[in-house]
Amino acid sequence: MYSTTSKLRILEVLPWAVAIAVYFLAPTYLPLGTYVMIMILFALSLDLIVGYGGIVTLGHSAYFGIGAYTAGILAVRVHGDPLLGLAGAALAAALFGALTGAVILRTKALTLLMLTLAITSIVYEVASSVWASPLTGGSDGLHSVPVQPVLGLFRFDMFGKTGYLYCLAVLAVCWWIVRTVVHSPFGAALVGSRENPARMEAIGAPVYWRRLVAYTLSCGLAGVAGAMLTHATAFAGLSTLGFEISGEVLVMLVLGGVGRLYGAFLGPAVYIVARDYLAKQTPEYWTMGIGVLLVLIVLFARGGMLGLADAFAKKYLRRKA
Amino acid sequence: MRVARIAAAFLAAISCGLWAGGAAAQTVKIGLINTYSGPMASNGDQIQKAVDLFMKLNESKLPKGVKLEIIKRDDTGINPETAKRLAQELIVRDKVNILTGVVWTPNAAAIAPLTAEAKVPFIIMNAGTAFLTTLSPYIARTSFTLWQSSYPMGSWSAKKFKTAYIAVSDFGPGHDAQAAFNKAFTDGGGKIVGEVRMPPPTSDFAPFLQRVKDAKPEALFVFVPAGKSATALMKAFGDLGLAKDGIKLIGPGDITTDEELPNMGDIPLGVLTMFHYSAAADRPANKAFVAAYQKEYGPKAWPNFISVGAWDAMQAIFDAVAAQKGNMDADKTMAFWKTWKNPNSPRGPISIDPETRDIIQNEYVREVRKVGGHLANVELETITAVKDPWKEINKKK
Amino acid sequence: MEFLSGLISTLFLGLAFGAVLYVISVGLSVTMGLMGFVNLAHGVFAMAGGYLMISGMQRLGLPWLAALALACVLVAAGSAVLERLLYRRLYGAGELEQVLFTIGLIFVAVAVARLIYDPNPIFIKPPQFLQGQTVIGTRSFPSYRLAIIAASGVLIAALWIGLERTRWGAMVRAAVDNRAMAQSIGIDTGKLFTLTFALGSGLAALGGALGADIMPMTPTYPFEQLVYFLIVVAIGGLGNLRGPFVGALIIGIGDTACKYWVPELGSFFVYVATIGLLLWKPAGLFGRV
Repeated sequence: MYSTTSKLRILEVLPWAVAIAVYFLAPTYLPLGTYVMIMILFALSLDLIVGYGGIVTLGHSAYFGIGAYTAGILAVRVHGDPLLGLAGAALAAALFGALTGAVILRTKALTLLMLTLAITSIVYEVASSVWASPLTGGSDGLHSVPVQPVLGLFRFDMFGKTGYLYCLAVLAVCWWIVRTVVHSPFGAALVGSRENPARMEAIGAPVYWRRLVAYTLSCGLAGVAGAMLTHATAFAGLSTLGFEISGEVLVMLVLGGVGRLYGAFLGPAVYIVARDYLAKQTPEYWTMGIGVLLVLIVLFARGGMLGLADAFAKKYLRRKA
Repeated sequence: MRVARIAAAFLAAISCGLWAGGAAAQTVKIGLINTYSGPMASNGDQIQKAVDLFMKLNESKLPKGVKLEIIKRDDTGINPETAKRLAQELIVRDKVNILTGVVWTPNAAAIAPLTAEAKVPFIIMNAGTAFLTTLSPYIARTSFTLWQSSYPMGSWSAKKFKTAYIAVSDFGPGHDAQAAFNKAFTDGGGKIVGEVRMPPPTSDFAPFLQRVKDAKPEALFVFVPAGKSATALMKAFGDLGLAKDGIKLIGPGDITTDEELPNMGDIPLGVLTMFHYSAAADRPANKAFVAAYQKEYGPKAWPNFISVGAWDAMQAIFDAVAAQKGNMDADKTMAFWKTWKNPNSPRGPISIDPETRDIIQNEYVREVRKVGGHLANVELETITAVKDPWKEINKKK
Repeated sequence: MEFLSGLISTLFLGLAFGAVLYVISVGLSVTMGLMGFVNLAHGVFAMAGGYLMISGMQRLGLPWLAALALACVLVAAGSAVLERLLYRRLYGAGELEQVLFTIGLIFVAVAVARLIYDPNPIFIKPPQFLQGQTVIGTRSFPSYRLAIIAASGVLIAALWIGLERTRWGAMVRAAVDNRAMAQSIGIDTGKLFTLTFALGSGLAALGGALGADIMPMTPTYPFEQLVYFLIVVAIGGLGNLRGPFVGALIIGIGDTACKYWVPELGSFFVYVATIGLLLWKPAGLFGRV
């Protein structure tokens, strides 16, 4: 589940090697790859609270969207520097996360779920409302966002090269942060709070505050992912908010494997690439397939793809040794 | 020995033929970004049917050795990021010469910067918000703008009604329709007694129409997206009995499109609209178009304004390809389109405005009447060669 | 006078909307309270009711009432099978599993609906005598919505009497209060669950079919309307009839009032009210902690 050591294992270099290989070997797939990386960060942020924290939320898109719009509005109204956008988005999303988290983490189960749904719906309504339209572009969204070159040097080109490397770098930094948190005593305490909150409280661990810190961090990261999307596509719209994308990122995470850090890498990659190929032919069968897959995962393979890989390794690979 | 010589001659002949054929064969690639799945797929279906029919009837008219390859991509609805990514891939991976399609304004807006950066001509088949053609010098449009229909509607209505209520869907085209009608109606001496913007996903219009009913205007000007929303609106209009209260329903033709009218029952009878296309028009070009359409897709299939937008875009593309004999150059294509005319479009004579690259076309005042047992938009009056009023008005500033 | 007229309009339309919401959501409240199961896929049963009724009318040529009855019975039976085969396995499972499972069900249902039916929203035509307007006093009201309110009133009364007066009702109330205790006094909770689930789903089908006027049938219906059903149940409280009733009224009238008086706010009110009410009473207005 979670590793007791924080030393870098060989296998952990794999995703980055693949990413760099794609850059050189498949340059026409960079926009798709960029989208995958953005969703990986989004799923990673979600894993922090769902996987490690045990808090089931369907409203994480609120923070993703806030990050996306903050980056967009900053670029349009103030200055289009991407790093400024990232910082602003992280801050706005984390702040909103702290405020909402403080409130909803006092509840549990269905109430918490409903509150997360209500929150993301409210953010959606506000973004599309008549009052906010001058700022957010309303139903049409913010288009032609003027994103400046990264560090003043690398322009976001139409081939998506700069976007790809930019997202890769940001993802790497955020991944390092999450990995460190997860392998730290804080991370262990978080898992403890998930497994048995009563016992954690009994030993004096501040469950509520730990969760709030984790939630805030997770929201900040989701905001960064949203900002990345705005910078890479020069667009910020309502599709970053609401139930649909919240549900989708949860599905991607579960597909890869919850609470395993790298499930957040595998799930989105597999889901998005598969959808790009399969959904083109028959979108109805794609939706049905995902539905059936979810049911099967819940019934037989709770750990997702990584869970299956672990079980496989245990059964067959240990025998060899 | 002889066999070898004959074989060699044979092979030489074949390779000559192949080489000659190969040198003359030109494939012009057209990237078509459309909506094929999701709840809004019916609009995409109208475009695809028109494109397929046009290709079937006109493919043989291309210059010798020139082939047109249409590469289809699904944006699944209003998804600007997806549309932009698809356009990127079409330009970079598939190396298309021309981009076309696009039902939705946000998608078109997301694609616009790419057309300028990559210098790829983009001819919009549907998306109708006025500002779109200003986003890049490589964009042209053969569909319409909401100002083109709603502004003349406002002027015309001001002569017939003293008061009006405006109800529109809260997104780009809705805002355009509202602003256009409002300006023209008030400039013409009418009074707007109320305005409301309805969230786009609304399917139950009753609360909004109840408010209109309580305000008792002489006319209700409505814009909602063509198709299912229009039917839902008609239903609420009928359920609440607004017609019985003497409120006349008016609007751009999106609310009574030809393919959707059969689903609306008798409620739309008497509704007045202003639009650039009606399938019931009796000009010869349209009769031929509808006949060919129904021959291909069945007697119950009706083309609508989206079909005609796609049809004329295909004509513009074909003409540009023919003029350049398949050797496509982006700037030459744009220059060609700027002076392009089609006097025989099913909707009447059209041309592209060289200043704005947007379409110039006739607008018709129509009334919904029963014709031959079914409802149709009967054209009553014609306003010729309407340029997009929004750009005209803003030009003067 | 205008304000009063507007008020009446809002109350009337809101009542019709709330009535439909209640009929659909009451089943969800009871089964969630009974089985402790987060069933996000409840909207699927409402959608199935609507679509089956449409098929009954169009393909089998059944009259309106017969098609409605057939649709409800089919959905109730189908849901019982679903409960026995699949839901049953996840009663003890964690929240995440339940959420994922039911989302998976929604996906499958949406895909099937898209394959069989037109992606455009379909409205079910009410019978001739229910079309048009009814005049009461100086105002006219859409007849169909009037009928919805009346029919729902009868249904609600029947339901309440059923829960209070019948043996089944007593068993349900006992099992909601304390499942283990109910089992130990010999109540077959397995059968109880299946029966109650089927009833709740049948009601959802009824609500979905009747309410197709206000919430039209589209293949993505379970996604679009999910939030409304969940909110009604959450703010009303689980496992009882009164809670979702109040919840449905609040949401139905509140949402309609918002659209009528302050349309720029959209559905804003619904979500703000939800947050406010849930923070005040996390277990719902009539729920138990």
